[in-house]
Formats: sequence, structure tokens, C-alpha cells
Amino acid sequence: MASYLLRRLIQSALILLGVAFITFFLLYVLPADPVRQIAGRSASPETVANIRRELGLDQPFIAQFLRYLGGLLHGDFGRSYLQKTQVAELIASRLPATLLLMAAGITCELALGLTMGIAAALTKGRFTDQILMMTSFVTVSAPQFVVSLLLLYVFAVQLSWFPVGGYGTFRHLVLPAVTLGILGSGWYARMMRSSMIEVMAADFIRTARAKGLTRARVVLRHALPNAILPVIAMIGIDIGVFMGGVVVVESVFAWPGIGQLAWQAIQRIDIPIIMAVTLVSAVAIVIGNLLADFIIPFIDPRIKIR
Amino acid sequence: MKKLLASTALVLALSVPALAQDYTPDPAAKQGGEITVTYHDDVATLDPAIGYDWQNWSMIKSLFDGLMDYVPGTTTLRPGLAESYDVSKDGMTFTFHLRAGVKFTNGRAMTADDVKYSLDRVTLPATQSPGAGFFSSIKGYDKMADGSATNLEGVKVVDPLTVEITLNRPDATFLQVMALNFSYIVAKEAVEASGADFGKHPVGTGAFKLTDWTLGQQLVFERNADYWRAGEPYLDKITFQVGQEPVVALLRLQKGEIDIAGDGIPPAKFTEVMADPAQKALVVSQASLQTGYITMNLNVAPFDKLEVREAINMAINKDRITQIINGRATPTGQVLPPGMPGYDPDFKGFAYDPAAAKALLAKAGFADGFETQLFVYNTDPNPRIAQAIQQDLANIGVKAAIQSLAQANVIQAGGEPTSAPMIWSGGMAWAADFPDPSDFFGPILSCQAADPGGWNWAHYCNKDLDAAATAADAMTDPAQTADRMKAWSAIMGKVMADAPWVPVFNETRYTMHSPRLGGASALYADPVATPVNFDYIYVKP
Repeated sequence: MASYLLRRLIQSALILLGVAFITFFLLYVLPADPVRQIAGRSASPETVANIRRELGLDQPFIAQFLRYLGGLLHGDFGRSYLQKTQVAELIASRLPATLLLMAAGITCELALGLTMGIAAALTKGRFTDQILMMTSFVTVSAPQFVVSLLLLYVFAVQLSWFPVGGYGTFRHLVLPAVTLGILGSGWYARMMRSSMIEVMAADFIRTARAKGLTRARVVLRHALPNAILPVIAMIGIDIGVFMGGVVVVESVFAWPGIGQLAWQAIQRIDIPIIMAVTLVSAVAIVIGNLLADFIIPFIDPRIKIR
Repeated sequence: MKKLLASTALVLALSVPALAQDYTPDPAAKQGGEITVTYHDDVATLDPAIGYDWQNWSMIKSLFDGLMDYVPGTTTLRPGLAESYDVSKDGMTFTFHLRAGVKFTNGRAMTADDVKYSLDRVTLPATQSPGAGFFSSIKGYDKMADGSATNLEGVKVVDPLTVEITLNRPDATFLQVMALNFSYIVAKEAVEASGADFGKHPVGTGAFKLTDWTLGQQLVFERNADYWRAGEPYLDKITFQVGQEPVVALLRLQKGEIDIAGDGIPPAKFTEVMADPAQKALVVSQASLQTGYITMNLNVAPFDKLEVREAINMAINKDRITQIINGRATPTGQVLPPGMPGYDPDFKGFAYDPAAAKALLAKAGFADGFETQLFVYNTDPNPRIAQAIQQDLANIGVKAAIQSLAQANVIQAGGEPTSAPMIWSGGMAWAADFPDPSDFFGPILSCQAADPGGWNWAHYCNKDLDAAATAADAMTDPAQTADRMKAWSAIMGKVMADAPWVPVFNETRYTMHSPRLGGASALYADPVATPVNFDYIYVKP
């Protein structure tokens, strides 16, 4: 167990180093100059040169990358080029809202997605199944911007049940979380359906039925724990996606999450922020997957950690 | 970015008495009330030496002051922290007499030392100010830029209320520079206490002070009770909410939840808003002093041929392009926008005439046209405008492939000698930093700006015009102002004779505000404090 943990941690560190290198390299070769963006339209050539030197952007690529890594080892993400604020402070200010929306969003996704998936699996091939799968197809392909605006318009502007965007209370959280729940539920529904159908055809389910157990007990006690494994792995990935930010939903509902920060940074080629958001998101995916790997053996005793 | 309007003639009287022709206060204005303004992006910084985007430009104006200022809603210079000033006979030395009793929002009295400190700071390379170059006419600037000096030789403290600034060349735009945000006066001890975070903890002498900034959520400005302009500002408090999608901001404005949608009316909603008389009444429009244009890179064949550039000028249907953006602009044929001093109302430029364009192209040896590339910033409406340009060019046989890229990539390509044959300037260039025609030449049409990394995307270089521009800006005597503007009209006319650009239109700016807000329309479309002059608007009693 300890050696497995160590191996996974080393793997994770290497993955993060790789992500850092690739992102840094892509930003370096990008045919756009962050200094021009900082200097604006009217800067004279010597002003541009001075800013480039002050930021160390006149150094060769490897020197820049090593300096960045050196900073990271001291927990220093650097300062934003345009906001001049510590990137760590910018990320930290967005973290509570991001984590809250992530938890609420994934809860809604699971509540909707798993219900749909199980119901579809149990009615396989029948009308209910077809309707549910079509719905899941629609939610997966629906444009985020349209769904967000539609819910906002109907429930906040027309009916005034919820505030028109913002952050702070439970009522602010409902619409963005439900939007994310609807948009993400399709993936979970489809995954849950196929997994459930597979499990329901297994021998032990037939045995359970033959024992005369109630249908509810067969589904909830015997089928569900076995069918849910791939879903847990998917949650691990979902966490990473949420940590990278859900730009459109955050934007429509004025939710101060990481996505808005990242989007703004990409527009302005604010490299320290882009690097930090990428790394935070990568760390979240790595941790999410690690957690999933550790949780699965508790649900399915057949899987053991070695 | 900043859109500063044309000034009337520069009033450069030898000694200006305080507030000779100042703002007449709105009789209906009352102090009190709070308003909410929304933006999509978080505010970058409130440091006047650094902030250089259209969003923080007016916010910084409300937190800080400079030696010079503009009459609200106009481009007429008026004294600011300097009560008056004297100019030496040769126009090379300015002596500013500071107002007594002005306090920073931390309670300390502002003195001449602060003026020197602020000007030294903005020109110090370590500050990384994008505006440092504006101060290049101050004596000792070069030594600041190359790092061999740590203070400006040309800025001297005479006594606590007198500052003397010596120039290294005559500069007719110097007083405008003293009214730019970059020259605003900051409190030394506050800069030293906050270091690089000064932009988050600004301390100035302005009408408002920052009392809260929750990153990614909101900023709160509260009235500076000690403000030196008695009775101003009118508002008690302004809350800037950030992170709001423009379409949603408009919905909230219509619902009465907010007072000003800072990002303006989204293009998709424009027709709907203007069709409703009640909403239309809340929209303020003002021709902004901006020009949208197509550059033709003289380094790239066949744009090295004058006939080709003239033919392209005749091929573009500017009326149709204006229709594409719902008529939110006026077609133009010259470099300077209307109202900018030096604008020539009689200059018509090239008329739309595809047949003549085709004939001219044939004369230049391109009867079958040619292939080229048109670079464009990839946000609406620019790609749609590029498609219209593409069709117009196709009509005369020119096949232009559209390169729709992020803003920074287009700017990068434009600054390289041969990367971008043609660029549509929309969303990137050009609006004046201060209301003077020289700002429409030096940074975008001069030989120096054609160097790699510059903004002269046509890579147009006419040494005669550069010399004429230098001569025009040396005319610092107020009596010469009319001659100076004539000189600038002539320079801009000669630019169009060389046709490095197709000037397309001048944009109109629209701001919508809630019915409870009062104040002259010009304050909501302020040429200097974009988009809104927060110091003078008020809540109706």
C-alpha cells in the first residue's frame, strides 16, 4: 500500500512537471508577445524593451522555465503581468466560489444523471428508455450559453425566483448549479445506463432475483454498487474540469470562479495566471483520479491496491 | 482603449488664471445617492502609472488628479492640481503653481515633492509604465529610460507649492500629457507601503477613494469628503460589480437592478433597445474620436504600388460596412476623426467606384487581380466586416484570404515587417490618447512606428512628413495654434495621397443608464473619461 502510494505520487509529480513544461513551451512559442499586450498601443520602443527586461522575458526559454520552476518550489506563482497582483492571491480569491460550484454542480449532475441512467437501464429498449436517452443526447449537445441564458431569463428575470447572477447566498447558487447539472447529466446518464445494463445481465443478479428479493433491493443493494465504478472514475476527471473553470456558466451567472480568471488571462496573454490555472486544474485531475483509485476498492472488494 | 476627443484650440495663455472658463454646475444636481456599475472583466489595476485600458481609465480619473484636467464632458483643458502655470518665452520651461490645501485620501497634504516623485516614478523602468514614452520631451527622460538616472533632471521642486518642468524640445502637446492618467500624483508613502500592490491600494487626491476590492466580485468607491473641488463629487458611493456578461447586465439594467452597463449595449440587442422609445431615451450616443481603417503593408507586393493602394481605396463600400454594424458609425475618407483639431471637413478622399478601381488595377499590371491576406481580430463584428471587405475586393478581382486571430496575434503580425499584407484595425486601433492630431501620426504613421513591434501596420515611412510633423509640434506659441492645425491638416492630406490606409469609419459610442440618474449627456459619453465621468453624474432627487 505504501509503495503503491509512493509510486502514484512520483507518477503524479512527473505528470505535473510535464504539464508545466508543455504549457510553458506553448505559451513561449505562441506568435503573440505578452510585452506588447502589457505595453499597450502608445509605448515607445525603449519602454517595451524595459518592460521585457524587468519581467525577464528577454531570457532564453530554458532560463525562463527554470526560474518559473524555482518560484513554484517556493510556492511562488509569480505576479500577474497586467494586474500586478500575486497570482496565488488571485487564485485563492476564486477558490471558494469554484469549490462551491463544483460540489453543487457535480451533485446536480449525479442526481439527474444517475436517476436517468438507472431508469433507462431498467426500461431498456422501451419508450421511457428512448425518451431518456434522447434527453441525455440533447443535454450533452446543448450549447452552454443558450441553456444558461434561458434558465436565467425564465427563472431570474421573468419569474424573479432567483437573483440575476451574483455570488453569496444559496439562492445565487441554485441556477448555475442546476445549469451545470443539466448540461453534465447526459454523460453520467449514458455511462450509468450501459454499466447498469451490463451488471443487470450478470449471474449474481439472476441469483439475487431467484432468491426472491424485491426489485428495489436487487437494484439498489446488488446492482448499483457494481455499476457505479466507472462513474466514480468519471467524477475524478470532472473535478479537474471544474477546477479549470466553467467559463460560460460562470460568465452568465456572474459567478466569481477560476474560469473567468482564466478566460481573461488568455485574452490578455497573462502567462503567470494561465500557467497557474493550468497547474491547479492538473493537480485537481491528478488528485481526483488518486481519490477515485482509493475509493473504488472500498466499494468493490474484488479490486485490491498493490 | 481610450478615446479622447479633440480639444478646441489649445489654450496656452502665458499665465492662466484659475478656472477662467470652467464647468457650469448642473442646477439639478444634489449630493447623495449610490449607484451600481457592471463590467465583465475584473479591473486590472488602479495604479495611474500602469492602468491603460478603457475600463480602468475613468476609474483612475476619479481616484487621482493631475496638474492639468479637462472641463467635464469636453476636451478643453482646465487647471487641475496646478492652480495656474507660466510658460517661458521659448516654450521650454513650465512653472506650475500648486493649489494650497489639497490632501491625499490618507489625510496628508499634497506638495511639490509628490509631483516630482510621481513623474520620476512613472518614467523609472522598474515601474513598467506603458505610458513612460509620453514624457520623452522632459529633460533627462533619456537617462531615466536607459537606467543611468533615478530622477528626472527636468523636474525641479522650487518650493512646496511650485514645480518647474524643463523640456528638451518644444512640445505643443505637453499640457495634454500633464492631464494624462500617467502623470497623476500619487502619495509616496502609500506607494512604498504597498509596493507592487499599489494598484490594489491606491491613494490619490481624487473625488473618490477605494474602500473595498473583493477580487473577481466588486470594487467600492466612496466619496472623498475632503475633496478640493468644493461640492464635488455628487455621488456618495459607486459599486462596480465585475464578472457580468454584457447581455445579462442589460437585462439587469432593464429590470432596474443596476444603473450603468459598463460594457455598453451588446450588438445583438442594439436594434431591440433602440426600437423601444422608453429604452432609447436612456441611451446616450456620441461620435467617438476613433478611426477604423484597413492598412496595406508597403513592404508586401503589390501594395508597394501606389495605383494598387488607390484602387483598393476605391473598391471598399464603406456605407455597407457601416450598415453591418447597425449604423453605429459614420463612413470617412481621412485619417483624423471629425472634431479632432486638424480634421478637414472639405477633404473627401477616394469615392466608392469599383469600375474605376478595376481600371486602375489593370493599369498597374493586375488586370486579373492578385491574391493576398486580410488579418482581423476575431471578435464580433470584426470578422463580419472582414467578409464585407473580402467581397468588395473580390469585385475587382482581388482574392483576400481572411486570417481571423486573437487580438495579440494580429498586433504581433502587424508589427512584423512582412507578416500581414492587410489588416482591418477594428477592436485594436486607433483612438487618441489625448485630443491632439499628433497622436494620430507619431504612433501609427511615422517612420519610427514602422520599426518592428510598432503600430504602423502599413509600414509607411515618408521622411518629409516626419519632418513636417516635428516642425508642427514645435509651434508652441498659442498664437500659432491655427497655423499648427493647418500644418497637421496638410500632413494628413499628404498621407492620403500616398494611400497607405483605407479609412473606413468613425465609431459612435453608446452608453445606457438607469432612469434615476441625472447629468448632461456628455458626461455619459465623456471624450476623456471613458465611458462615464463619475465625478459629475448624480442620482435624481
